[in-house]
Amino acid sequence: MAEVEESSKPMFAGLSDISISEDIPVEGDISVPVSSHNADNDFSTLDEPVKDTILRDLRAVGQKFVHVMYPKKSSALLRDWDLWGPLILCVTLALMLQGGSVDSEEEGRPQFAEVFVIIWFGSVIITLNSKLLGGTISFFQSLCVLGYCILPLTVAMIVCRIVLVGGSGLVSFVVRLIVVTASFSWSTFASTAFLADSQPPNRKALVVYPVFLFYFVIGWMILTFSPSQ
Amino acid sequence: MANTDFHLQFQEFEDEQGFTDNNQGATTVTIDDPIKSRKQRKATGTAFEEEDNDDKTELLSGQRKSAPFWTFEYYQTLFDVDSHQVKNRIIGSILPWPGKNFVEVYLRSNPDLYGPFWICATLVFAIAVSGNISSFLVHQGQPNFRYVPDFSKVTMAATAIYSYAWLVPLALWGFLTWRNTKITSLVSYSFLQIVCVYGYSLSIYIPAVILWIIPNEGLRWCSIVVALCLSGSVLVLTFWPAIRDDKPRITIAIISTIMILHVLLAVGCKACFFSTYEMHPSKAHNEPSTATNTSSTNPK
Repeated sequence: MAEVEESSKPMFAGLSDISISEDIPVEGDISVPVSSHNADNDFSTLDEPVKDTILRDLRAVGQKFVHVMYPKKSSALLRDWDLWGPLILCVTLALMLQGGSVDSEEEGRPQFAEVFVIIWFGSVIITLNSKLLGGTISFFQSLCVLGYCILPLTVAMIVCRIVLVGGSGLVSFVVRLIVVTASFSWSTFASTAFLADSQPPNRKALVVYPVFLFYFVIGWMILTFSPSQ
Repeated sequence: MANTDFHLQFQEFEDEQGFTDNNQGATTVTIDDPIKSRKQRKATGTAFEEEDNDDKTELLSGQRKSAPFWTFEYYQTLFDVDSHQVKNRIIGSILPWPGKNFVEVYLRSNPDLYGPFWICATLVFAIAVSGNISSFLVHQGQPNFRYVPDFSKVTMAATAIYSYAWLVPLALWGFLTWRNTKITSLVSYSFLQIVCVYGYSLSIYIPAVILWIIPNEGLRWCSIVVALCLSGSVLVLTFWPAIRDDKPRITIAIISTIMILHVLLAVGCKACFFSTYEMHPSKAHNEPSTATNTSSTNPK
């Protein structure tokens, strides 16, 4: 194919002349501008007062609560996940569902341990399900989202207890039904808004259904709660 | 050739070079349907569409689960279904068609564990919720009754349904494998396929259980019979090709065992969670011991 090289020469004539000569300066500064005090600040939280440390975490938790109440497609919940919020919500819900006093018919009411187990094992199973179906979200991020989205149901539980103080007739049941239904659909919608992007597109329904079932069961436990009097 | 546009000129390749002969094995890209071409290029073959009747399906079915069972990827292959596939499988288990074998038509070589697991979970919670609602409705008019949600129903229902959905397929698979050593049958099912069939066949019970909320005995028995007929026929139609070559006594024994276990599950659930003794609350209060004796398998 020597003919071809000869004929290609006029086309690519100038290429062979290009070479890096030594007098083109190739130098620079590859040192990263290190503000050394920045790194120190992240690790030296021992020097700050305890109030600052606690308030920082509380502020992060509170910010995520706000994100849940007004669900937009923001990635703040996923980026800085933490499990404090889910723990607080789960313990609050389990304590309130347990009822206050010990009475003889307690065999039927869900115990603290049962509610705790349902919430945490339910979240783990849903996370495993979404990962097995090919989701790209990490394990703890998903636990964080599912836990934080219990917030509307916890609010509904508080409202239900207040309503039950007034009486437990048909009117209060209808009010409780409306409140629980609204908060359960809010929870499902909020968690779907955060989780939907990380799932493969043709399996979204398969991932959303267990979340729906999970919040439905929790909503059912809240709705059928009857106080011990 | 002193032509400067040598590289830019379109060049003909003669047929003797055999480019068209190699098209079967070569990865050729057909530009008309990019999705199909991507599927043809994927030699390992992950998710196949329902309409894909390619011969490659059977050829590549052996390569499907190549990951060892202790890795996460092995279990990911068991969840390799799309939403519409699950929907089709559920519809196929509710409406049995005499010619269509559930495994052949819907599962092919892609049994999944998503359907059985979540249908069983839904059924457990549906039974618990419906049982609580029905007992609440039955006792509604009485002033002395204070409704307490019976949470133990969930654990009982979960144990019963999950053991049915996993242990019975295990026993059936063991038995069919043992019979396959004696008689060579054309059709043999893997354990996951049998689990899949049983799981999806339970899906008809979910609307039936929701119908059981209405405290009308006639309606309850009617819905049980309808659900039993539909899901039982799905099971029978599925397992008939696997056992019809066997001796008639064994065939009848297997079919009747499948049906009896299915009936036991349905009637047992109804008796445990929607007990008829609740319809006569005065008797129940006077004779609690006999009431617990008449409800079938409920050791408290």
